[in-house]
Amino acid sequence: MREVVILGAGMHPWGKWGRPFTEYGVAAIRAALRDADLSWTDVQFVVGADTIRNGYPGFVAGATFAQAMGWNGARIASCYAACASGAQALDIARTRILAGLCDVALIAGADSAPKGFFTPVGGERPDDPDWLRFRLLGATNPAYFALYARRRMALYGDTAGDFAAVKVKNALAGSLNENARYRATVTAEQVLASPMVADPLRLMDICATSDGGAALVLASEDFARRHGGSRRPVRLAAVSTVTPVFPNTVLDLPDFATDSTAAVPPPKRSFRASIAHAAYEEAGLGPEDLSLAEVYDLSTALELDWMEDIGLCPPGEAVKLLRAGDTALGGRVPVNPSGGLASFGEAVPAQAIAQVCELTRQLRGSAGARQITGARVGLAANQGLFGHGSAIIATT
Amino acid sequence: MTTPVIDGWFTVDDGTAHLLGTRCADCRTVHFPPRTGPCRNPHCDGETLVQVRLPRRGTVWSYTNACYPPPAPFVAADPYEPVTLAAVELAGEGIVVLGQVKGLTVDDLHVGMELELIASPLADGPLVWMWSAPGTGDTNGADHTAKAGTGATRAPGTSAAPERRGEGVA
Repeated sequence: MREVVILGAGMHPWGKWGRPFTEYGVAAIRAALRDADLSWTDVQFVVGADTIRNGYPGFVAGATFAQAMGWNGARIASCYAACASGAQALDIARTRILAGLCDVALIAGADSAPKGFFTPVGGERPDDPDWLRFRLLGATNPAYFALYARRRMALYGDTAGDFAAVKVKNALAGSLNENARYRATVTAEQVLASPMVADPLRLMDICATSDGGAALVLASEDFARRHGGSRRPVRLAAVSTVTPVFPNTVLDLPDFATDSTAAVPPPKRSFRASIAHAAYEEAGLGPEDLSLAEVYDLSTALELDWMEDIGLCPPGEAVKLLRAGDTALGGRVPVNPSGGLASFGEAVPAQAIAQVCELTRQLRGSAGARQITGARVGLAANQGLFGHGSAIIATT
Repeated sequence: MTTPVIDGWFTVDDGTAHLLGTRCADCRTVHFPPRTGPCRNPHCDGETLVQVRLPRRGTVWSYTNACYPPPAPFVAADPYEPVTLAAVELAGEGIVVLGQVKGLTVDDLHVGMELELIASPLADGPLVWMWSAPGTGDTNGADHTAKAGTGATRAPGTSAAPERRGEGVA
């Protein structure tokens, strides 16, 4: 099979400024092109990961970015898959390169996030479960994260102190990342003293909503070879965009209920576990091959869930690895060496792309103070609302 | 106000609340919220989904609360008391259903404990299903005539929930 390589990665720092999302996207695109040593006019295909909170330009993000960069005649796509939007964009661009329809593709996502809880899109829409869960139950996103966290405590004996230790670890990594929004280190005491939001999760257990932008330049292996350059190539070994398998027995956002197991027994793997599994199968690799993982720590406790779901340890044993320092920088397999969502907050359509930016830097050996020695294989995993899986494996 | 907040998802008869699901006539898969159209079991070609009353009791899969008033379209009580939520696995149906909890806080709950369904009003009046301690089902204050499908009105949240501290969470 032809291979797709990552030629360039670029980001606009994460923060909360309320400026137009296009500004962040264009800055990230320009950074990615500089990184790839290519011009905007070299790009043959553009995919924008959409934002639903910034009006019409956000729904057609590909064209919005292309117009802002100056029309270059490239073919284009725009896509939305909630938190997995970036992975969808990556998959679309990769597929087009693999099909031989283009040699150079660029993907970008950016968001300008409102303050406060994410709320449903405006208007009264009683047919939309995302609107109904707020109207009927007041069930915010952190409520769902908290359900998962409480269940870990009940099943595995995890403690609030364990959750706080995840934040301490990720804040330390984030303090070394110039693109992170939160650069201060924190103590477990600070986490445990922060206000309770959704019991057992406190404010510092839960990721913020952020502004930010990220972009990647992808190319066919042949083009990359011709293009040359001194950098170590980073290969895209797998993109998993799987959906759940019926019956999905974990209560997912924004649902009111799980599927029923009355007629069909639960599948072998939970949805989250199946996301990573499909990526491993495609790459011909396994969790034992990972040098690092970027996982979607919407809450501190959710990072522990993901560690088990991507196969770093059996269910219930994530805290053991955490306490041993295995997942910290310098540990056996660092998790969220970028600082994760704990340090970035979430800029929805940019976040999955930002995860791959971190993989790229680590695999190139250019992650500076966060560099993982000898990094060879990285996995990025996340899950988009309404059943969008997202896992990416990159290798040297 | 005694109208349900949504049509057809639950019913209250003589003070006893039931969630309304639909069961596939072919494979017996249960759906909640109630569905029409084809069965959601991808291995089943069934197209006949029959309305059923779901078991009123189940065990807590997990639980939490909302320490800050949830944003619109939720209408928060004023003064605000944290809303408790529980995801409850219904006895014998292999389905977990989320709901508010009436009369219990997170300190009263634990994973695996039994809860029972009632109907109780939201802050702005309409009835919604809620989980409660077993045995409170007949004294929940719900109007006995309230029935799903009697013309629910859905008042949109008019008072925006106060911005919570900090910069916001996902």
